[in-house]
Amino acid sequence: MSTDTIRLTIDRGSETQAFDVPAYESQTVLDVVSWVQQNADPSLAYRFACRVGMCGSCAMMVNGVPRWTCRTHVSKVVEDGALHVGPLRNLPVIRDLVVDMDPFFDKWIAAEGVHHGTRTRDDEIAPVDETSPARVEANSGIECINCSVCYAACDTVAGNPDYLGPAPLLRAWTLLNDAKDAGRVAILDAVSGSGGCHNCHSMGSCTAYCPNELDPMSAIAGLKRETMKHALRGRR
Amino acid sequence: MTMVAYKNRAHPLWLAYIVHRLSGLFLALFLPLHFWVLAMAASEPGRLDGFLRFTEYGIVKAAEFGLVFGLAIHMFGGLRLLALEWLPWSAPQKTLAAAAASASFLIAALFLMRAFG
Repeated sequence: MSTDTIRLTIDRGSETQAFDVPAYESQTVLDVVSWVQQNADPSLAYRFACRVGMCGSCAMMVNGVPRWTCRTHVSKVVEDGALHVGPLRNLPVIRDLVVDMDPFFDKWIAAEGVHHGTRTRDDEIAPVDETSPARVEANSGIECINCSVCYAACDTVAGNPDYLGPAPLLRAWTLLNDAKDAGRVAILDAVSGSGGCHNCHSMGSCTAYCPNELDPMSAIAGLKRETMKHALRGRR
Repeated sequence: MTMVAYKNRAHPLWLAYIVHRLSGLFLALFLPLHFWVLAMAASEPGRLDGFLRFTEYGIVKAAEFGLVFGLAIHMFGGLRLLALEWLPWSAPQKTLAAAAASASFLIAALFLMRAFG
């Protein structure tokens, strides 16, 4: 154990509060935030669950960049012994580091990010060709765990609260490429509206910061192509 | 929001975006001046000649370089955006295309410098 400390500044509503947290080897940002809650101020509100990068609930702004705090080592992001942590951008803050995820999940639904089944439980399971280009697209998209890092990174969401955002549009693109989903027209209509995929300016922050290394920007470009073809073919 | 937001944008994709938009804005603001001077050729040729003498100054030459540079980066930014959004290329394909475009641009620029040098 070292005697060094980390100067941690936390955004708490309209104020910031600073804490000196003992530094350890292999410490994550979540460890540092947890130390404050357990040793300095039990009233600090923050979210986490799995601590291993599976649940996506511990995402916060760390030194200005959205990250999973459980998978971010302090040594990778600390600047002159200091860390600045805040709630995710682009979402309403409930308290301290906890944001209201409802607008984000509402947009998944608005983008038709729901399963549009083709068969009943009595039918055979639909065969899926794992090597088809569409399935390869869908296979990468299903790795999204809804952590909202891309949504917090997106400047277009910041400028237009109606914009569906990267993760909901990635979900729509995944379903569009899924042989088991029959919602093609509903999805294309949902993502071509005023808050749809054509708002995207291809700034690429979603792709740059996705902790799962997914590529929402290219998925949105795919939706732009498909909605355009759909319109040119007379909405078929 | 007290968090420093600009750090979020320090990556090549965002920089390519802002360079494309700012060069476009600069060119749009320059266009009225460009047409105004061009119109002198028809309305006041004498005044145009006087105006063109400014091109002898070093600062104007530097500004002309800036203009051509602005046009070039805006054009390549636009081609990049069109390729990014309309061609479903994989990441290695995009890298190859960017490498091919920059290599051919370099060769063409060298050829031009030889031709006029």
